Amino acid sequence: MIWNKEFETLSRESLEKVQLERLQSVVERVYGAVPYYRQKMDDAGVKPSDINTLSDINKLPYTTKEDLRLNYPFGLFTVPMEEVVRVHASSGTTGKPTVVGYTKKDIETWAELMARALACGGADKGDMVHNAYGYGLFTGGLGAHYGAERLGATVIPVSGGNTKRQIMLMQDFGSTVLLCTPSYALNLAENIAEMGIDPAKLKLKVGIFGAEPWSVNMKEEIEKKLNLDAIDIYGLSEVMGPGVSCECIEGKNGLHIFEDHFIPEIIDPESGQPKSIGEMGELVFTTITKEAFPVIRYRTKDLTKLSDEPCACGRTFHRMQRVTGRTDDMLIIRGVNVFPSQIEHVLMSVEGVEPHYQLLVDRKGALDTLEAQVEVSEDIFSDEIKVLEQLSKNIEKEIKDLLGITCKIKLVEPKTIQRSEGKAQRVIDNRKL
Amino acid sequence: MKVEQISIFLENKSGRLADVTEVLAKADINIRALSLADTTDFGILRLIVNDTEKAKRVLKENEFTVGKTEVIAIEVTDKPGGLAQILSIIHKEGLNVEYMYAFLEKHEKKAIIIFRFDDLEKAIEILKNAGIGILKGEHVYSI
Ligand SMILES: [Zn+2]
Repeated sequence: MIWNKEFETLSRESLEKVQLERLQSVVERVYGAVPYYRQKMDDAGVKPSDINTLSDINKLPYTTKEDLRLNYPFGLFTVPMEEVVRVHASSGTTGKPTVVGYTKKDIETWAELMARALACGGADKGDMVHNAYGYGLFTGGLGAHYGAERLGATVIPVSGGNTKRQIMLMQDFGSTVLLCTPSYALNLAENIAEMGIDPAKLKLKVGIFGAEPWSVNMKEEIEKKLNLDAIDIYGLSEVMGPGVSCECIEGKNGLHIFEDHFIPEIIDPESGQPKSIGEMGELVFTTITKEAFPVIRYRTKDLTKLSDEPCACGRTFHRMQRVTGRTDDMLIIRGVNVFPSQIEHVLMSVEGVEPHYQLLVDRKGALDTLEAQVEVSEDIFSDEIKVLEQLSKNIEKEIKDLLGITCKIKLVEPKTIQRSEGKAQRVIDNRKL
Repeated sequence: MKVEQISIFLENKSGRLADVTEVLAKADINIRALSLADTTDFGILRLIVNDTEKAKRVLKENEFTVGKTEVIAIEVTDKPGGLAQILSIIHKEGLNVEYMYAFLEKHEKKAIIIFRFDDLEKAIEILKNAGIGILKGEHVYSI
């Protein structure tokens, strides 16, 4: 079902007209309201009046996570705080999170786009939506919740955790649509099998999964084990949250980007030069309707390519291929963004010295595991077992407090972590994605 | 009154203890006493040797993490009740023992107990006042 037929099936020509108008308006707004954006545009020698065609977007400077960090927490908001009705936050590259804000209208827009995404993935009005995305600072839970309500479905705001109870509710309430991360979907599937429940007896018909990378193999496994259609949804809090793009149930081949709200670009991550449709590169977004926290040419660091092929579903929006990798070292572990620099930050603050460490990521069953191997230097070494054990525990606790995930600390001997060209390899990801 | 002890961080991998003893043997260092404390992931090897500084240096050169701690050594007659008397004093005085280990003197029928206290100075004073003989470092290094 197409939720907003008028916009989702616009001809390219009409869409580009809408995009240009909205782009001009947002550029004018950030230039007027945010000194930081104005400075960057002045430095690049570009004024809002220079944006006369869509391709003029190339004249605008990029925005990066570093720009967000420098303006922590609210420095890039374009409206006074009394108009901001909600904030969300995701991991930053160091100790501080990345903060985003929404006006009342932004929340409306987000609900509309999330409703579009759910409809795109095959959900409908009468559905019982089991929303197991985490509710809280993470955009997943509330974002999906408002969208499902807008769609007119019944939402079960079950959030994460307590898997056995989730399965009971799924059976008793007759959940038809499952929303969660792909790894949690696999976890649910394994528990359902262990409990001896026949997935065919559940009413699930579709699962809309996102917030972490997953492979085609994993998708097939989930579809088989849960007896549903698995749909890929994409979003990031800096751009809005879930509902930036979504796969359609008819095509199941790439995610339609809601281009009347977001202008996507693919660029060469090294040179920053634009790439053409069909070429792999870094995905960049400009939000053209957001009020509180618009971003101009925000570099997502996600690698993908765009397609302008017509789609069976009738939507005219371009599709992005499922994200296959990142340009940086960010890890997504159980839906949580983790930067090695965050772990490093914790190690520095606990040990007081620059640590030699390596992160090992694995997937045991359905769950991602994270282990940090830390070389024991003389500064942290002690002749007492309990001192070293306490040190590990403190680091584990700090990481849990900061990231909300468990990271096992393993103390290792000096020089056991391989160094290539003098620089340690920080991450070994053994997950078969 | 104090004895220098070196400690070495070891991962629980086979052969690591042998690696340490080999490094020391090559440098012509004698091990007087040894104790290994371990967890599932790692261990701490504690050694008293005849040349602490040299042992530390050669182990560091071989990329071990090495620490130095001061402990005390008490001679106990190798007969029933010898240790019990000392422990009861330690307990009564509220001294905190981080860990301890024992080894035998080769020729005399005596045991030497190594104690690691959290407050070394206080421990020495209390034990001396109780008439417990504390061995000099040189004595232990040359056993
Ligand atoms: Zn489609």
